[in-house]
Amino acid sequence: MTMGRISRGFRGKRTDEADASRLPPGQYRVDPDFPVLSAGPTPHTPLDEWTFSIAGEVAEPKTWSWEEFQALPSEEIRTDIHCVTKWSKLDTVWEGVSIDTLLEGVEHDATHVLAFSDGDYTTNVPLEDLVDGKAWVAFAFDGRPLEDEHGGPARLLVPHLYFWKSAKWVRGLQLMDHDEPGFWETYGYHMYGDPWREQRYSGD
Amino acid sequence: MEGSETRTDGNAIAGVLQEVFVREVTTGRIACASCAKVEPIGAEHAYTQAPGIVLRCRHCEDVLLVVTQPPGRTLLAFPRSRWMEIAAEP
Amino acid sequence: MARAAVLGRLSWRLGEVAELIDETPRVRSIVLDVPDWPGHRAGQHVDVRLTAEDGYQAQRSYSIASVPEDPRVSITVELLPDGEVSAYLVGELRLGDQFELRGPIGGYFVWEAQMGGPLLLVAGGSGIVPLMSMLRHREASGASVGARLVYSSRSWEDIIYRDELERLSARANGVQVFHTLTRSQPEGWTGYARRVDGAMLSETAWPASSAPMAFVCGPTPFVESVASALVLLGYPATSVKTERFGPTGG
Repeated sequence: MTMGRISRGFRGKRTDEADASRLPPGQYRVDPDFPVLSAGPTPHTPLDEWTFSIAGEVAEPKTWSWEEFQALPSEEIRTDIHCVTKWSKLDTVWEGVSIDTLLEGVEHDATHVLAFSDGDYTTNVPLEDLVDGKAWVAFAFDGRPLEDEHGGPARLLVPHLYFWKSAKWVRGLQLMDHDEPGFWETYGYHMYGDPWREQRYSGD
Repeated sequence: MEGSETRTDGNAIAGVLQEVFVREVTTGRIACASCAKVEPIGAEHAYTQAPGIVLRCRHCEDVLLVVTQPPGRTLLAFPRSRWMEIAAEP
Repeated sequence: MARAAVLGRLSWRLGEVAELIDETPRVRSIVLDVPDWPGHRAGQHVDVRLTAEDGYQAQRSYSIASVPEDPRVSITVELLPDGEVSAYLVGELRLGDQFELRGPIGGYFVWEAQMGGPLLLVAGGSGIVPLMSMLRHREASGASVGARLVYSSRSWEDIIYRDELERLSARANGVQVFHTLTRSQPEGWTGYARRVDGAMLSETAWPASSAPMAFVCGPTPFVESVASALVLLGYPATSVKTERFGPTGG
């Protein structure tokens, strides 16, 4: 936005003690708020219809039902998250299944992934940014089952990239041998999205 | 109402669209390419709590219009709309 | 004046606070002097932009409460929990302060006397604001079309413009006002005490046969439920105009 006239006494509600080194450029902290952003209506897939799939450039696609998914080993993740709309939350706590666990035993030649969600949302991430402990399918936040408006029952969690890459209502990963833009990437947002290099828009 | 947590309507995007079209456009109709229903833009569903604005068909929720504003420009996309009408000057 | 309200590049103007009116414990009206204001139509809104000293900006939309006939622009703001903009406008703002606004904006959710009626207005909470602009315009223009307002508030103390609505309804051909209080009612209350539903609308709304124009404003779930109910009562969908406030973020 262009610079406007300063409004006497306005400061917004950004948290004061911002630990500057933990905030990427241009970000501000909003804790304890957790803004709800969405490109569409909240899906409400019943758990007995929910599945998660690994598909695309794989020797054999894999699918888990909610029960099967819950039986997988999961872990607690404590991390900071950064939204491209400039808010950040520090020390968020999640529980999820590591993408490494989901890809165990999957034979593939893929270099990239297109994550797909209920409501036709997609986002692209290089495969190497999802493995080696960098990403999860998260089903709990702050010790409670993930709320629908925050992406429940499960969302992708890729905290080292802008949070639009952490697709809400995720239903699977399409493994690819090339990069392809997902929803926001198609409409001007950055293909990679590193908050530390402030890669918000394509061309940044 | 399910799914309505962040939903508003085309009235909420009248300002952004006026930045682009330099006139009021929310009384003009837009035609959905998915379900063929036609409605005034002001009546369609708008999701504005997002990295951009998404206007969806109030009947089938398919995406009619996306607006994003990288610095210095506005990007307008019409993924699933067949046409958009702009009313003649009063 | 109507032409200027439809065409033209929107630009940010500086409004100066001329008057502050506490409507209810959480709601305040802000009357602004805005140089070169092009005029507006009832139902339109303005975008308000606040800038902090470090450059941080927040922007929100507010329906215009004042009449087109009035040279001053007034908005009515509800203090929302955790709302950074509403906290400033309702709590901090003083007479003489200035802030940026642009507008008027909108064309779909608009009523002018020449559009006719009868009018059915249904408001949920602060959704009353654009509808009040319509009622004030109806009064100022001497329009003769019938008007009915169904207005849902949490309690008697939360009714915005309560006294003015009473005055407007007491006049000859005044608006008929039906309040419903959803959370608490004063002793001896004989009015509605529940959320607006089909049964209430069948008792209060104009019959569909009188070809009314309906305007519904408030939070999204309220608007959608009322609009559906009106269609079930026989209102053609095109005669029901809606403005959803959504989770404005305050």
